[in-house]
Amino acid sequence: MELQVNGIKHTVSAWSETSLLYVLRDELDLTGSKYGCGEGQCGACTVLMDGKAVRSCRVPLSATQGKQITTIEGLEKEGQLHPVQEALLNVDVFQCGYCAPGMIMSAVALLETNPQPSEEEIVAHMNGNVCRCGTYPRIVRAIKEASNA
Amino acid sequence: MKKETDTDIKSNQEQSQPSPDNGNQFSSSRRRFFKLLGGGIAVTFVLQDAFAFLADPENTAVLQQASPKEVGAWIHIGENDVITVYTGKVEVGQNIRTSLAQVVAEELHVPMASITMVMGDTDLTPYDAGTFGSRSTPSMGPQLRKAAATAQAMLLDMAAEQWKVNISALRVADGKVINTKNNKSLSFGQISKGKQLLKEISDNTSLTPTEKWRVAGTSVPKVNGRDLITGRHKFVSDLKQPGMLYGKVLRAPAFGASLATVDLSAAKAMPGVVVVQEDDFIGVAAPDAPTAAKAIEAIEVSWNKTQQPSRSNIFDYLKQHATDGRGGRGSAEKGSIAQGMAAADKKLAATYKVDYIAHAPMEPRAAVAQWENGKLTVWTGTQRPFGVQDDLASKFNLPKEKVRVIMPDTGSAYGGKHSGEAAVEAARLAKAAQKPVKLTWTREEEFTWAYFRPAGVIEVSSGVKNDGILTSWEFHNYNSGPSGIRTPYEVPNQQIQYHPVESPLYQGSYRGLASTANIFVLESQMDDLASLVNMDPLEFRLKNLQEPRLKAVFEAAAKGFGWGKTKPAPNHGYGIGGGTEKAGFTATCAEIAVDPGTGDVKIVRITTAFECGAIINPEHLDNQILGAIVQGLGGALFEAVDFENGKILNPHFAQYRVPRFKDTPAIEIITLNRKDLPSAGAGEAPIVGIAPAIRNAIADATGVRLKTLPLVPDGLKANLGAP
Ligand code: FES
Ligand code: FES
Repeated sequence: MELQVNGIKHTVSAWSETSLLYVLRDELDLTGSKYGCGEGQCGACTVLMDGKAVRSCRVPLSATQGKQITTIEGLEKEGQLHPVQEALLNVDVFQCGYCAPGMIMSAVALLETNPQPSEEEIVAHMNGNVCRCGTYPRIVRAIKEASNA
Repeated sequence: MKKETDTDIKSNQEQSQPSPDNGNQFSSSRRRFFKLLGGGIAVTFVLQDAFAFLADPENTAVLQQASPKEVGAWIHIGENDVITVYTGKVEVGQNIRTSLAQVVAEELHVPMASITMVMGDTDLTPYDAGTFGSRSTPSMGPQLRKAAATAQAMLLDMAAEQWKVNISALRVADGKVINTKNNKSLSFGQISKGKQLLKEISDNTSLTPTEKWRVAGTSVPKVNGRDLITGRHKFVSDLKQPGMLYGKVLRAPAFGASLATVDLSAAKAMPGVVVVQEDDFIGVAAPDAPTAAKAIEAIEVSWNKTQQPSRSNIFDYLKQHATDGRGGRGSAEKGSIAQGMAAADKKLAATYKVDYIAHAPMEPRAAVAQWENGKLTVWTGTQRPFGVQDDLASKFNLPKEKVRVIMPDTGSAYGGKHSGEAAVEAARLAKAAQKPVKLTWTREEEFTWAYFRPAGVIEVSSGVKNDGILTSWEFHNYNSGPSGIRTPYEVPNQQIQYHPVESPLYQGSYRGLASTANIFVLESQMDDLASLVNMDPLEFRLKNLQEPRLKAVFEAAAKGFGWGKTKPAPNHGYGIGGGTEKAGFTATCAEIAVDPGTGDVKIVRITTAFECGAIINPEHLDNQILGAIVQGLGGALFEAVDFENGKILNPHFAQYRVPRFKDTPAIEIITLNRKDLPSAGAGEAPIVGIAPAIRNAIADATGVRLKTLPLVPDGLKANLGAP
């Protein structure tokens, strides 16, 4: 099967019902997307599919055909971080950072459709992403900062 | 060059030779040490550590002397100006990679960027008991400061000798020694060039006073922050080795179940699959993870189950199986309870119950194991790499130097990763497969087979005079642990006992250990006593409190919150709670709102004041306190492990609720910087005031005085409906 990731076309050998997360991590060695639950409950695996945030652990490979996938590895362009990444770095948000890639992809998707979200909109959109280290208010602060950038 | 080196060895021997009769061994050991690190100078906490670390078989005298100490580390200043700190401590999100580098940068007067931290690698770092109990900042921090100061003193000595000037004519800045007479300078690397100097930490060095800190005490950003936000950092679960297989372990359906019958033939028939059975351990290794999962499914197995406790009867079970608490850890006795109760005007007894809760780190347990020429290397996320090294050595009957444990910065732990289950499992599979094996626990495995914060029953009985002076305090903790069990309040008559129980579920350390339970009970009871004598809860606490640091945080939290300034709105309540743990002092005020129709409880705002001595990194401290508050909310409101007959019923995030964005109230954090006091760790203590503050706020709003943790997993409906 074919898979378009970060602008590159890959041919992968996994079965069609395999999860996108598995293919990204184990077959393509794009390990930025994380496993946190495998059940769509934590957001650690979030990637963009045609610009929309999806939980890659719940997306079968078959559903990705003809779609553009963007992962955390595809955000930085020629050493230039995405504004969401810049803001998160600036606010020095993370502790262990395991949730970071999923948080970033969710936030990027939000700002794509809603460039100036209110605090309530940020919270509502991000609620599916768990940070067990509890950095939520800092993430909200950084997303606001990125939206004003 | 060689000659010069020899001279140096000799001169240094005079300073720091461990004993006169093993000088030759000493210099050979040192050569080997620097062969590993590269030339330059090194300061070690304890000299023997360096040799024990080499496991030099000829140097048995030193090896035997080297008893594992709580902390070990060395700082190496290379000829290339690279400064490397080797420490057995590990990074799990508490930001010690940054804060420990900060104190070294401070004492050495070098930029942060010139410091590399090598952490938690049993082949490269000296023994360390582990990263827990908030010990890194108070124990490792000061030692590293001393070691850095010792190194700097050596560099000054050497520069003075080279320039033939007095040390007082020299100053240090930016990794250079500068001769103020002629403005010439030498970098640390230039000074240490061609040397192999090894020195033990000196207690006589002078440290930079806190008021003069320029790097320590400031909000240096997380050193590897960029790797985390680009996805570049490799967590254990991201690692790959050539030819690596993927492992999976067959799990029992419940605690206490043992194998009855098993048929492995279908799994064994799968191409490329290795199946391992050793007693009750059954696991597979396969070329990819889906195949490993299929192989486990293909195993036909039946189990012998035994009768096990359930959540519904766990508290009776704990009481029935409790041991005598006299003389147990944390137990204390003072005055006479009989007299204390006789002197009381009002008496209050209560029983509290606290559920098991899970750490649920975002990165589940994982390990990559590799056997090469009889040596086992395991990458795993653990708070005790040297402990896991021991476990592996004994499991596989290997000398310790044949086992290397490496801990890359890991996706959090909160006290939940002291153990090395995944490491042992991966090593077993890798041994059988004769290939590297990666094993990543699923979320369900993490929720079931990791260990929990203990459940417990706590009984407290107390007496107070009408003027609000405590007379008596009797406190019995069954199973949940001794940490934070002592009351910080002045009570003339006390009996405090911790009664350990053989827990039916795996249990262990947690953020703040048992103090989350003990201080919850303590501070709930204090509130109820205050109400019994019609006193303001804050005033009542301060009246019975001497400890000035605890008083200070109570006052700071109250001030920030506006305690006593306003009355809560209808259906709102204010509550306060605090305590001390691991040399950190914390107090929290909370405002909650109850929906009288649905019984839903909402946290409106939290103010936490915290003090842990001199602050090393204000921004990161703030973040740790925030994390403790948010995690505390979960344990306070809704987190509980549900189980029936030994089977965990809620091993998924869909059923085990953790705090999310929407659960986070407005949070105000107040830190008190006590530059005159040693720095203590901050990852744990700020959690302890959260649950009691919320509980007391609920009592304030509704009159319902809850006695369980979690407080309101299903809201207050049942309590409000009661007559
Ligand atoms: S791993 Fe996909 S949502 Fe948790
Ligand atoms: S920073 Fe650790 S899970 Fe978010």
